[in-house]
Amino acid sequence: MPKEQKAGCARPTGGVVGQTPPPQDENKKTPAPEVRKMIQVGTKAPDFTAPCYFQGKFASVQLSEYLGKWVVLCFYPGDFTFV
Amino acid sequence: MSVDSMFVHKMWVDHELSKMVDGGVPFPMLSDGGGKVGEVYGVYDPAGGVDVRGRFIIDPDGVVQAMEMLTPPVGRNVAETLRQIAAFQLVRESKGSRATPSGWRPGKKVLTPGEDLVGNVWQEWKVEDAFN
Repeated sequence: MPKEQKAGCARPTGGVVGQTPPPQDENKKTPAPEVRKMIQVGTKAPDFTAPCYFQGKFASVQLSEYLGKWVVLCFYPGDFTFV
Repeated sequence: MSVDSMFVHKMWVDHELSKMVDGGVPFPMLSDGGGKVGEVYGVYDPAGGVDVRGRFIIDPDGVVQAMEMLTPPVGRNVAETLRQIAAFQLVRESKGSRATPSGWRPGKKVLTPGEDLVGNVWQEWKVEDAFN
């Protein structure tokens, strides 16, 4: 039976029952160093494209379209949480 | 930007955010399905499957000038973000000749880094300036 869950400040997720998560660390720790490298202040922000919702319309944006402007990029754990 | 789809973003705007802000959110709400962008920015939490509260200030050259990361239960201080943007804009306009010391807000004293300032910050800046 579904058990009621309190709404928290992050999107709840599930997982496979009775299965321990695969030991990702060993294999996953060695991918391309460029991708794994932590982003640093004073260096270029990695460019990306993303679908978006903006003023009633569905659209797509690319970070580099905003060159020449100041940008605040905010990540948050899920819609319907505080930001 | 969150891992929610742009359709869920619309629902959030329609059902909640439009009640807080007239006309809804004035900036694009981005979707990061699978957390691919968040991973590159170091904010994706694979255990929870979400992007944590990361905030990046990016200048007109596309350079990251500031970043902040919080776990989900604690919210941000938007006023502090605005203060940082004002500070970075001041520094940029001065072509790097000025610096904003701890506690700086628009209108407060800025520093001019140089030989004269070395060892003399104590004359230009007081501990109280960090808090007032």
